[in-house]
Amino acid sequence: MPPMLQFLLSRLVKAVLVLGVVVILNFLLIHAAPGDPATVMAGEAGAADQAFVDQLRTQFGLDQPLYVQLGTYVGHIVQGDLGFSFRQQRPVADLLLERLPATVVLTLSAFVLALVGGVALGLLAALNVGKWADSAITVVALLSYATPIYWVGLMLVLVFSVNLGWLPAFGYETIGAGYSGVEKLADIGSHMFLPVVTLGLFYMAVYTRMMRASALEVASMDFVKTARAKGQTEWNIVTRHVLRNAILPILTVAGIQAGQLIGGSILVESVFAWPGLGRLTFDAVLQRDYQVLLGVFFVTSVLVIAFNILTDLLYVLIDPRVEITT
Amino acid sequence: MKHPIRFLRSLAVATALACTGTSLMAPPQAVAAEETPVHGGTLTAIIQPEPPMLILGLNQQAPTQTVAGKIYESLLTYNFDLSPRPSLAKSWEVSDDGLTYTFHLQEGVTWHDGEPFTSKDVLFSFTKFLPDTHPRARALMSRAESITAPDDRTVVITLKEPFPAFLQGFEMSTTPIMPAHIYEGTDYQNNPNNNTPIGTGPFMFDEWVKGSYIHLVKNPNYWQEGKPYLDDIYFKVIPDAASRALALENGEVMQSQYNDIEPFDVQRLAALPHLQVIRKGYEFVAPLMWLEINHRVEPLGDKRFRQAILYALDREFIRDRIWFGLGRVATGPINSVTKYYDPNVPRYDYDPDKAIALLDEMGLEPDGDGVRATVKFLPLAYGETWQRLAEYVKQALGKVGVKVVLESTDAAGWGKRVANWDYEITTDFLYQYADPSIGVSRTYLSSNIRQGVLFTNTMGYKNPEVDRLFEEAAKEVDPEKRQDDYSQLQRLIVEDVPVAWLLEMEFPNILNTRVHDAITTAIGVNETYADTWISPE
Repeated sequence: MPPMLQFLLSRLVKAVLVLGVVVILNFLLIHAAPGDPATVMAGEAGAADQAFVDQLRTQFGLDQPLYVQLGTYVGHIVQGDLGFSFRQQRPVADLLLERLPATVVLTLSAFVLALVGGVALGLLAALNVGKWADSAITVVALLSYATPIYWVGLMLVLVFSVNLGWLPAFGYETIGAGYSGVEKLADIGSHMFLPVVTLGLFYMAVYTRMMRASALEVASMDFVKTARAKGQTEWNIVTRHVLRNAILPILTVAGIQAGQLIGGSILVESVFAWPGLGRLTFDAVLQRDYQVLLGVFFVTSVLVIAFNILTDLLYVLIDPRVEITT
Repeated sequence: MKHPIRFLRSLAVATALACTGTSLMAPPQAVAAEETPVHGGTLTAIIQPEPPMLILGLNQQAPTQTVAGKIYESLLTYNFDLSPRPSLAKSWEVSDDGLTYTFHLQEGVTWHDGEPFTSKDVLFSFTKFLPDTHPRARALMSRAESITAPDDRTVVITLKEPFPAFLQGFEMSTTPIMPAHIYEGTDYQNNPNNNTPIGTGPFMFDEWVKGSYIHLVKNPNYWQEGKPYLDDIYFKVIPDAASRALALENGEVMQSQYNDIEPFDVQRLAALPHLQVIRKGYEFVAPLMWLEINHRVEPLGDKRFRQAILYALDREFIRDRIWFGLGRVATGPINSVTKYYDPNVPRYDYDPDKAIALLDEMGLEPDGDGVRATVKFLPLAYGETWQRLAEYVKQALGKVGVKVVLESTDAAGWGKRVANWDYEITTDFLYQYADPSIGVSRTYLSSNIRQGVLFTNTMGYKNPEVDRLFEEAAKEVDPEKRQDDYSQLQRLIVEDVPVAWLLEMEFPNILNTRVHDAITTAIGVNETYADTWISPE
């Protein structure tokens, strides 16, 4: 068997085991939180009697012993069924799919912006270490990293929506405008701008700082000196020797972050009323909507595992010294 | 920068309008020209949190009521003074013995799918659907001996014994009328039509993009000729409180309600020229906020300790500095806008010395750190303002030697702990639903001490005289005698301080000045909005 295939197979077997443990742990953790969907709904109704709470518990299946509920849940998951949200009266898979596009569009754009911007800025700072460009980049990165993300979001809205009136402040698209085609894309694009910048800035700062440190370390190594002594052009030294070696730690972090892309960002989605998965998750926590929460956790776990495998493969591609072993 | 331009434009419009008037003597007031409703326009309103569903008979969460109140209707609605006025019932009679209620229904009413609305729907709602799904309706309808429909337009309800508050039970959140042709004989909770509500109201359900907005459109066949005025309504979900304030500020939404806007933002928004704050429209629910005290925990079971708590709190400070003037200092168990309120009760004005004297009398001496007693406080997890209240209570009680340890939880944890009496002091607010026998007695009746159920007598308060008077007053048909009973009750309860009443809460409705006739009844934003209109920009 080729080593690649062997590697993938063994990782997949491990992944299934990990996933099994994660599913059971998630279930137990969620049920350990005080209160259940029935108490939440009784609280929201402003009036309740025992019959109302009992009725809800029966409907949600909460009157069953916990191990029976767990059995039912695992049984469904094995069959690829994520369950049914009684609170929202919809299958969980539908709820997730409905929110998925908005989340992916937001997090992926922010991810690309952060990665490309962070690597470029970090490298630029490292190459100009001690000069004004380096100082400027370091200060901006530090500020973006240290400022609370929701505050940045609100300030951007205040400046660009309230004061200047250039960009829409909230939502995914203009409600009731009936756009289609290019107009619709432009509309979504203008709505995306502020949340993407808000979310991207934070991660860009992280990558910038990491890239700068990593590039500085690599730039002082012997092989770079050798390359320079050989008479390589500066461009070649930076792209072929420094960048390729310095980017490995960035990839590790990016790989982990990519796995969480789907979870969305609760803060940014809340500030910008962005109809993504992060908010669905947050609401589900507060409402003890067990099925939705389990669904989100399950999908996120699958993605984190998948991206971990993918990152390992990427290492091999970028750094031939890294070998696949099982 | 934008507002002056908008202001100039509206000034120009106003002048133009005034000049087209037939008489040059007419005062140049745009307001006068705007008094006649105009058709057309889209209302945008905040909805928060996003409701779980829109079937009003199955869910009565506040945001569900606000949206579904435009889709479904009930027999009656209520004026600001809580007197009933027609909705699906055009008239009604109550027999002299207070036992028989006869409702005559409007003519020409159809459901949104074209089916005619008849007394059969009312009968189905009152005898089958609501008693099965809705706690408050279940309690109300269990008082009926019989509910019959002699013909298509008449419904007669006979009670087992007199219950004068019965007439307060017919607004859209207590007894919404559900369509019999869709639900009869089905599993109500899992009916396939639960995603597409069908009502008789002026607005029909169009679309719900989860996490974004709910869209309602005008019902062209509405039974009130020429209404509604609005073409459609968008309810936008904006989860962050600061973002909601910004959305009102930049005109992206035209209406907010309940606690959408944190009290500390209200004054700032009220000062903007394009926004108005209306505090009316919550007379029916009449929320009353208090510190709930678990009498099972020592020394909280001693009424002198609870009185000391009330004396130690500066409730005017709470109103002015924490709720920024929104609310009235509560005098007792009944909200001053609810029926049978009596201001003539013992007062607990801010007086820390009296608090200390009461604690001394109880023999609670301060220890080396000045601490006489320690209590745990579990604040309501409803946002920043409640947290600030908790911090104030900690400080104020600390001054008289009662050490407060703050606990924290989320809404679900709060509900579970309070319902199961697992708390010492907490904050809570309850709706009064117009009549003390509906919304007030439930907190103080010893027969309503029921573990595991929220909004009951979770304190464990017992006073046989209070029980007797509440039961007597609920049945008393003579309004004067009824007032006597409730006045006596209020004095008794205020003496006992079963809970420490803080404020009669006022929620601000913040509306764009272009929106007219939105808040017209005691149910405010939950009204049908058949009369609401928007003046052109």
